[in-house]
Amino acid sequence: MANLTKTNRRDFLKIAGTTAGGLFIGFNWASCDSPKIQVLSDEEVLSQVHDFNAYLSISPTGDVVIYSPNPELGQNIITSFPMIVAEELDADWSKVRVFQAALDNEKYDRQVTGGSGAMPHSWDRLRKAGATARHLLVAAAAEKLGVPASELTTENGQIFHNGTKKFSYGEMVTDASKLTAPDEVTLKDPKDFKIIGTPIKNVKGKELYTGQPLFGLDFYREGMVNAMVTRPPFGMKIKSVDDSAARSVAGVSDVIVFKNNVAVIGETTWPLMKAKNKLRIEYEPDGTIESSFDHDRIFKELLESKNAKVMRKDGDVESAFKNAAQVVTSEYQCPFLSHSPMEPQNFFAHVKGDKAELVGPTQTPDRARMETAKLLDIPVENITVELTRLGGGFGRRLAADFVVEAVELSKILDKPVKVTWSREDDITGGAYRPAVRYRFQAALDDQGNMIGYKLRGVGINAGNSTRENNFPSGSVENLLIENVEHKSTITTNAWRAPITNFLAYAEQSFLDEVALAGKKDPVKLRLDLLDRAKNNPVGEIHYDIDRMRGVIQTAADKSNWGKNKEVMQGFSVYFSHRSYVAQVANIEMENGQPVLKKITAVTDCGTVVHPTGANQQVRGGIVDGMGHAMFTNMTFENGLPRQRNFDTYRLIRMKEVPEVDVHFVDSGFSPTGLGEPALPPTGGAIANAIFAATGRRIRTQPFIEQKEFSDIKLQIKRT
Amino acid sequence: MANFKLRINGQEHQVDVDDDTPLLWVLRDHLGLVGTKYSCGIAQCGACMVHLNDEAVYSCTLPVSSVGSDKITTIEGLSENGDHPVQKAWADVDVAQCGYCQTGQIMTASAFLKKNPNPSLEEIENVMNRNLCRCGTYHKIREAVAMAAKLK
Repeated sequence: MANLTKTNRRDFLKIAGTTAGGLFIGFNWASCDSPKIQVLSDEEVLSQVHDFNAYLSISPTGDVVIYSPNPELGQNIITSFPMIVAEELDADWSKVRVFQAALDNEKYDRQVTGGSGAMPHSWDRLRKAGATARHLLVAAAAEKLGVPASELTTENGQIFHNGTKKFSYGEMVTDASKLTAPDEVTLKDPKDFKIIGTPIKNVKGKELYTGQPLFGLDFYREGMVNAMVTRPPFGMKIKSVDDSAARSVAGVSDVIVFKNNVAVIGETTWPLMKAKNKLRIEYEPDGTIESSFDHDRIFKELLESKNAKVMRKDGDVESAFKNAAQVVTSEYQCPFLSHSPMEPQNFFAHVKGDKAELVGPTQTPDRARMETAKLLDIPVENITVELTRLGGGFGRRLAADFVVEAVELSKILDKPVKVTWSREDDITGGAYRPAVRYRFQAALDDQGNMIGYKLRGVGINAGNSTRENNFPSGSVENLLIENVEHKSTITTNAWRAPITNFLAYAEQSFLDEVALAGKKDPVKLRLDLLDRAKNNPVGEIHYDIDRMRGVIQTAADKSNWGKNKEVMQGFSVYFSHRSYVAQVANIEMENGQPVLKKITAVTDCGTVVHPTGANQQVRGGIVDGMGHAMFTNMTFENGLPRQRNFDTYRLIRMKEVPEVDVHFVDSGFSPTGLGEPALPPTGGAIANAIFAATGRRIRTQPFIEQKEFSDIKLQIKRT
Repeated sequence: MANFKLRINGQEHQVDVDDDTPLLWVLRDHLGLVGTKYSCGIAQCGACMVHLNDEAVYSCTLPVSSVGSDKITTIEGLSENGDHPVQKAWADVDVAQCGYCQTGQIMTASAFLKKNPNPSLEEIENVMNRNLCRCGTYHKIREAVAMAAKLK
């Protein structure tokens, strides 16, 4: 029963014991809440539990241990996953303890946080895990009582016969765990859910609010050294290193040049930060060295390129545009973005001969292990990966660059090593949201109907910058979607809602332009297109028309779309990562100035497992989408990012968020994820509201750096 | 290197570090008080907030040599059992997403409420604007500060 929490606690206690005179007090939070009730320690519970399956163990004391396999980075899966297991178990939630599971490919088959995929992947598995254990507990009780299992009911960790309590789960655990689990179990009717759909508090809340060591950067292992690394500008390699000044900093034990990097090593962090600034590193070209003005030129060239890849083609696009009553053409562009989670990248590695131990914040522990195996040329079985909590991820922690450098340094130094990135390292360290430019064209007939649609996406290390089978594909008779990619030395990676984080804004703004040109209401334009896709579909359709229509209509209804002349509104709807989200932004004029006051969001993610978590995922996604659309820019000069920290890399702050009104559509479908889907529609809703209020169409992000935006002096206030 | 005597969470600590070492790294690396977070290192995000004589300060840019005998409180010393009104409000509102910034948010809020026990929402927004939350929990932070003011 290896688990991270135990290991970490031991390690953290060690640091406290060795350097803080044992001042660290190992609180048991449950006992702090109820000091008179004797509560067993985690270790005491874990030492006597019986395992029912990979997710669930129960102790004879009735304490229920639930393992959460997926990395926790703020999506609160560490609360919502156990809720699902506990629901089908009919557990007493107050007896549930949750542990973060370490990487274990035999027990779990998708220990990834990415793509909003955990919930749809695991929903049935988690329910079955709880229901199977319940089945066995009931079977054991039935045998003991000599009655058919069908006569027994369960509630709150107890087993009843004819309404009379017979046993607690704890009393049945030993017998039940000896029984063979059935292949199939009956799952609850969702109307009987008692835990799912309730606002259960974050299981790590108290540890978070009292500053307990939970994150990778908090990890300490006796005997470890700290390392900080200077990485090269994009397109360059090291020519020479003068480390004499860095080595002279008190507290620096070593300077190591490895691969294309220079690491400073020491016991504590601050001397390393100072030493890093004293490194004199000369670089020379190693590929193309790019600046932002190069990207503007590259975009122009790619938009005219004859070598675009056709992603989707329906009908006769050329004829449609030749016969059009009018053609609408528009281009949209977004910059690179850093993920910049609040916790900078870091990882702990200890290479011991042909074995390695990894601990830290990663969205993909399996990738961390595979890349370590590749680097060290050892079998994956020889590598353990324990997960700390992640102080944000946003896709950055899907990469393993920050893992393998810790592994490499541990091997070189033959010591346990924790590598810490400074904020500057984190922002300039690559794996960005790719910069993209889109050209949209629409052919309209004399009624304003869209008879042709063209999209060309050109991106820098963006892969496919389109989502060719997404709306409005399927609803337009003649359609051409193309992609051109520029390969750059600037590294990119998935960034929360990859591609759609900007494509949705561009597309939903463009549809607003199409509605205006065709003299149609923006909501009606979308509904008409969906009608067309429903009644007379064109080619493949990869979205559920009725669910998309559902969120559009509900959002129009909840936002009083078009009903109040004093409120200028912008509409946006997007389907991504299996969920549907429509948003309406409201701008009102105060003293002649536009004020962004409210965003209404309507989401269809199927069953809402954890309402407070889901609500915050939507609000947080909107704040994120809005902040990056409006404020954040990342530009380059000779392969170096110009923005290096939060003084110039501007993130949205409290006073810059409007009211956000969140609604969910109960569509009866199984739950889908919410880490990403609320983000894509936001920029479009706001840009469309800005147009409605001011007649200005903002086609480039971030808004605040565009001339056409700056002089409208948009204010943001909550009502 | 020099020896510094520090008063932290009601206890005296001695550390032997360079004059320019920020209090943040003394807390994290030398005293094991890791509830105070590193995020930007340039007093822009507030993840490192501590109380210096009841005033919220950025510990990432505060050299240990300037602390003297001033009283320092970190998140670990804000309350004995995690039951400071601000911590209770944070739990009630269930504020956190990733949670990394939240100890800094709590330290900013608790220092503010001590001086201004009955703030308006605008005052709350003005003071909490110092702290970044990359997950975007701003609505809940505001709600929790307002709730904590009422809890007092």
